[in-house]
Amino acid sequence: MNRLSGKPINKFPYLFIAPAVILLVIFFIIPIIIAFGVSFTDMDLKGLANFSNVSFVGLENYTDLFSDEKFLKSIYNTAFYVVIGVPLVIISSLSVALMLNYGSNWLFRTFRGVYYMPSITNIVAIAVIWGYLYNTDYGLLNYILSLISIDKIPWLQEPTIAKISLIILAVWKGIGINMIIFLAALQGIPKSYYEAAEMDGANRIQILFNVTLPLLRYATFFVTVTTLIGWMQFFEEPFVMTDGGPLNGTLSVALFIYKEGFQFSEFGYAAAASFVLFIMIIIVTLVQFKFSKSEADY
Amino acid sequence: MASRDNKNRIEKTIVTILLVLGGFLVSIPFLWMILSAFKPESEVLAFPPTIFPENPTIENFVHLFTKLDFGIYFMNTVIIVFASFVGLLFNAMAGYGFAKYSFKGRDKLFFLVLATMMIPGQVTMIPVYLLLNEVGLTNTMVGIILPGLAVAFSIFLFRQFMTTVPDDLIEAARLDGAGEFYIFFRLIIPVAKPIFAVQGILTFIAGWNSFIWPLIIASDDSLYTLSVGLSLLQGQYASNFALQMAGAAFMVIPIIIIFSFFQKYIVEGFTMSGIK
Repeated sequence: MNRLSGKPINKFPYLFIAPAVILLVIFFIIPIIIAFGVSFTDMDLKGLANFSNVSFVGLENYTDLFSDEKFLKSIYNTAFYVVIGVPLVIISSLSVALMLNYGSNWLFRTFRGVYYMPSITNIVAIAVIWGYLYNTDYGLLNYILSLISIDKIPWLQEPTIAKISLIILAVWKGIGINMIIFLAALQGIPKSYYEAAEMDGANRIQILFNVTLPLLRYATFFVTVTTLIGWMQFFEEPFVMTDGGPLNGTLSVALFIYKEGFQFSEFGYAAAASFVLFIMIIIVTLVQFKFSKSEADY
Repeated sequence: MASRDNKNRIEKTIVTILLVLGGFLVSIPFLWMILSAFKPESEVLAFPPTIFPENPTIENFVHLFTKLDFGIYFMNTVIIVFASFVGLLFNAMAGYGFAKYSFKGRDKLFFLVLATMMIPGQVTMIPVYLLLNEVGLTNTMVGIILPGLAVAFSIFLFRQFMTTVPDDLIEAARLDGAGEFYIFFRLIIPVAKPIFAVQGILTFIAGWNSFIWPLIIASDDSLYTLSVGLSLLQGQYASNFALQMAGAAFMVIPIIIIFSFFQKYIVEGFTMSGIK
């Protein structure tokens, strides 16, 4: 007890938060400072062994990046993933949540589990399973298509089709968690709102667009921001399914960073790329916050 | 009124049919995995494919443990899961600290915690590797476990929940002479059971699925996790899909079982923690 300050406790709060906060500082805050520093150097394997081999190169990594065709391609691919994937995930998870909100019996509970399952499934297992489904010669998908006389589709062998194949997989995996958030929000809407709308003679469609969707605004915003950030860091799917191929057709920015850093040991160059990604994410997030504010004005 | 009830019933039937159809589509990969895992090596490459295994076998699963090191990978994964529960305790403590005490620098520190959520994993990957390399922790279990222990999102959820615990409860315990840590462990943890249930499941899933970090840090296969082992399998036994499906099934089924026991807590937990 500290009588001087009149407060009964003062060291305890710090003891409670210390383990987690210290770990976060060591593994997130300090690394981001290091990454920023490293991005101005030519650090590689030689530099890792002996720091005297590292030299300051100024903005060279950054200027190199924007003339690196591979990097530009990875930006294009990431934009492709984001533009197609994000709306698909949001629309499908919202639709599933709306349908699941219709009932609460065992059937609906079971299917809630079914739709959630892909999102808790290990990404490597997913890659293995989908790799088999997508296999051009032995895959189930091409077999089903052959039954309705559609020619074999090179799911993972043609750059644009491969991007779409990865998006299908990622949407399948992404529905679960967002659906749960939408469902939680839907269950938080008071019943009286619906009753009032029905008394006013609104039909189902009108209720959906004038009552439900506006009330889901916060959930939608949360889901959009997190999904967008997630897709900008699209990494594991192309990493385990295609390793960025064919012809870098599925290479994302995050995968580019990983490959430069851990396959080619170009730590400085990779760190610069990671900062470009970080800045892109910050910009997109800020734009969204700005956008949502102006929308709330009316 | 009767016609409206009728209309509702038709609507509900349509929704149910759509849900079931969609659910079936979503489950195809899982069904295909389980069915193929029991096929002999020759049958998985049959064209046209068989739906149900003609000669069901568990040889694929035996192969994983006898000819491959899935036993070791399994043990490593279990160690990681246990360690991540220690991390869960740290996160809960931090959440409690931020929610129930006022102290100097609280808001700034909490903002710092939230800020870490926005840093992409790819930015910190390289420096964390360099840091761990500097202190000689690459290729060790400690190096695999440490960076994942504290999770900002988890601290955030715990804090959201802990703010709803009444102050009077804590004051009463203090008046009875209970110490701060005693209060946390004997009073708060039991009260916070629902949020621990949610976070426990999420922590289990994350630990069980850990892949990219062990892959980066571990160079000995005695430190590999199940995910890393499975990705090796995909490379080495590229055409033996039955074996790959068995490996995938071994990874996926425990999660599905645990999840189906606890799934109701996940929805409740998200509703409770106020993300809506």
